[in-house]
Amino acid sequence: MKLDILYFAWIRERIGEPKERVETGASTVRGLVNQLIARNERYAAALSDLNSYRVAVDQELVDFDHRIEHAREIAFFPPMTGG
Amino acid sequence: MLIRIQPEPFEMSSVLDGFGQGAGAIVTFSGLVRDDTGQMVALELEHYPGMTEKAVTGIASRAAARWNLIDLAVIHRHGRLSVGAPIMAVATAARHRAEAFAAAEYLMDYLKSRAPFWKREIGPNGPGAWVAAKSDDEDALARWD
Repeated sequence: MKLDILYFAWIRERIGEPKERVETGASTVRGLVNQLIARNERYAAALSDLNSYRVAVDQELVDFDHRIEHAREIAFFPPMTGG
Repeated sequence: MLIRIQPEPFEMSSVLDGFGQGAGAIVTFSGLVRDDTGQMVALELEHYPGMTEKAVTGIASRAAARWNLIDLAVIHRHGRLSVGAPIMAVATAARHRAEAFAAAEYLMDYLKSRAPFWKREIGPNGPGAWVAAKSDDEDALARWD
């Protein structure tokens, strides 16, 4: 399964890309995160601390146990600072 | 209901032109770029195109239903904004002021913590720190449960 993965703010800076397409067999966000962290230290630095960032699946905020079998787009970003 | 996510500046007077016909109360709030460090030149707002519009529309729809609003507007800018420039505005129109005030506060609380924007300070030497979300802002959402 191929997914579009988006990164924003300091997550984007640590990873060095705003967007990429990733092949994954992960069934949950947590599984995908573990796959990404295992790639290299840039991903580990950006994504290891699950309390420091949020995730959206197909543009809806979800938790890390959310299932992603039918997902198209997953985004990782810091807690939001709008307003 | 008016929702606009845009880089361009806006005039509050044009947002309010014809707004809230038949209402007994209109509340408006404007958020401006504040210099917290004494060295800020601008604020850079990154956002998530697509999700931003969806999230803001969801927040606005819930506010409109909960307080039975007659009209509602949310304008939120992104990109590079100078100190003192308007970042965003909300306007709510209701029959009575209590609903208009409460809906405006609800909108502000949710836009702060649930609309996908990220602020970064720009100083005289270029981009500085990303603004951290405050736990108080997250806690503020609990009062609407």
